[in-house]
Amino acid sequence: MLSTAIIVFREVLEAAMIIGIVSAATRDVRGRKLWLTAGIILGLLGSGLVAASTGLIASLASGVGQELFNASVLGVAVLMLAWHNVWMASHGAQLASHARNVGARISEGRSECSILLVVVGLAVLREGSETVLFLYGISASAASGANSMLFGGLLGTLAGIAVGYTLYAGLLRIPMRWFFAATGMLVMLLAAGMASSAAHFLIQADVLPSLASPLWDTSAQLSEHSILGMLLHGLIGYDARPAGMQVVFYITVLALIQLGMQWAEKPKKSI
Amino acid sequence: MKKLLLLALLLPLTVLAVESDYVLVIKDHQFQPAELTVPAGKKIKVVIENHDASPEEFESHSLNREKLIAANASVSIYIGPLAIGRYPFYGEFNEATAQGVIVAK
Repeated sequence: MLSTAIIVFREVLEAAMIIGIVSAATRDVRGRKLWLTAGIILGLLGSGLVAASTGLIASLASGVGQELFNASVLGVAVLMLAWHNVWMASHGAQLASHARNVGARISEGRSECSILLVVVGLAVLREGSETVLFLYGISASAASGANSMLFGGLLGTLAGIAVGYTLYAGLLRIPMRWFFAATGMLVMLLAAGMASSAAHFLIQADVLPSLASPLWDTSAQLSEHSILGMLLHGLIGYDARPAGMQVVFYITVLALIQLGMQWAEKPKKSI
Repeated sequence: MKKLLLLALLLPLTVLAVESDYVLVIKDHQFQPAELTVPAGKKIKVVIENHDASPEEFESHSLNREKLIAANASVSIYIGPLAIGRYPFYGEFNEATAQGVIVAK
């Protein structure tokens, strides 16, 4: 039961942390809860669909369809998060001074809602499909103890959601002055981590060269499977044994988002 | 243009064909062979065939690989180039029985 709880916890945790950060970053968007809920529901429906067609997806592209699918999903999420940050940066001056008014302005931007929907939906889709498959496997095997394992799955899910909610509640306590800078930084790191994961999938599919496999190995110091390692993996894309290409992707995405934000801020300053 | 693109897409396949494949079979929640010997310093392709009626996830911390295999399905996974050593792997969905190791020589 415990091992089931841990497996499910790992999957749910990542999605829950993404949802926690993104929903905090869009705190003033009107109708946010509706879009958030829609994203989660669509993501869950999608998970079932993806889980049901795992065999089909895997058999595409001579056995590496799963990697290409995951990398595409991650790529879209990275674009969305980058867009979010650049958009926020272009409203930076107002955001820092009178956040309340800006809240209303943000709510005018329908784009933020679709970002919320897509990022949340894709996070649930990606992590959820694996959980669905795993739990389906358990219940299908109908071995003794299937019930206790399903109970473990439930525990893991609840624990993951609890961490995501704690992150969300903690972020909301950040004073308004620093709030957008802090969530902007988190979103940027989240995007870079996703880009690194996408590169990892593409290397595994032999679409990209690894450049170095691994570039370093810190699994002895901080295992990705420890609690701290899992949290850092979900938050900033920590990888104990990254390939060189993953690091290239990580740094490139950080730099591009940073440049995009600076570019978006500039015209406002000159006014 | 489309033809060119198709040709460019097919190009990696010709390279793949030269590489030798290694096969791992999952049956009754066990890997066969449980120990797979591969050459060190080369990128290799491992084909994993799941003969069970339930999905499995190939996972290896030391190889930094994780991959789902649907019931009665076959997938490919690329690893390496590896340094000489032993790289344990397991089936995450049936960890008790599905254990194995890749040995790079």
